[in-house]
Amino acid sequence: MAGYEIDPCEKCEEVMQPFLDRVLSDAELREAEEHLAGCAYCAKRYRFEQSLRQFVRKCCEEEMPPELKEKLAALRTPL
Amino acid sequence: MSGTEEEAAARRAAAEARSRVRFEEEALELSDQVYRVARRLVSSREEAEDLVQETYARAFRSWRSFTPGTNLRAWLLRILTNLNIDRGRRKQRTPDEQPLEESDYFLYNRLEQASRDGNAHEEHVVERLSQDDIVGALSIVPHDFRDVVVLVDIGDFTYQDAAQILDIPIGTVMSRLHRGRRILKRELADRTTGGT
Repeated sequence: MAGYEIDPCEKCEEVMQPFLDRVLSDAELREAEEHLAGCAYCAKRYRFEQSLRQFVRKCCEEEMPPELKEKLAALRTPL
Repeated sequence: MSGTEEEAAARRAAAEARSRVRFEEEALELSDQVYRVARRLVSSREEAEDLVQETYARAFRSWRSFTPGTNLRAWLLRILTNLNIDRGRRKQRTPDEQPLEESDYFLYNRLEQASRDGNAHEEHVVERLSQDDIVGALSIVPHDFRDVVVLVDIGDFTYQDAAQILDIPIGTVMSRLHRGRRILKRELADRTTGGT
């Protein structure tokens, strides 16, 4: 049956998103961590994905225009 | 009304005014975060500004329907995404239904291939992408998928919050997030290493 087993790197790739989102079950997490500890190929790609997420967030940090802030404050109910 | 009834009514009115002031202050403190999400949900800065203004106008009008102690940021974003959808977006059907062949390692593999340097440090591989690449690629992701990616990856909302904000099941959040991120990465790969 060995030929029907899923390639461990393929499996690791499948769980990368839920792993990084921290939603894997304890058993799945352990399995992924064990594989990552011994697989530089997957570990590298996980680290890349993590940096990519941070980079996407950084790129989307756009300051709110100060005029808008004033407009919003003006919407407050007068006392 | 007798004197004491009048006093009681005045006290109630004062207490309500205090709650409203507190609500408005807390909502305004979140405006930077609300704007950041809005800016990526729509294509222009003007649209984002309008949307945020409309959101706050509506939030201040219907502040009584907010339950104190619950997530105010998610409540504001729910108003915002509803307004955004009301603006006629629903008419647009998400065209992206064809299967995505690319896997999750796809972007890294493409960048590594393009650099011909298998030993490049992952963090440096990310540096090959520019801010324009990221912002441009995100704007290409179809709305339904982009909403979820923006809420979770930029707005830092949980799957559960995103499900409530968009009024969709959590399973749909997960599948759209997964697909949205893949579309984003495919787009980034095309921008940085040329089309397939």
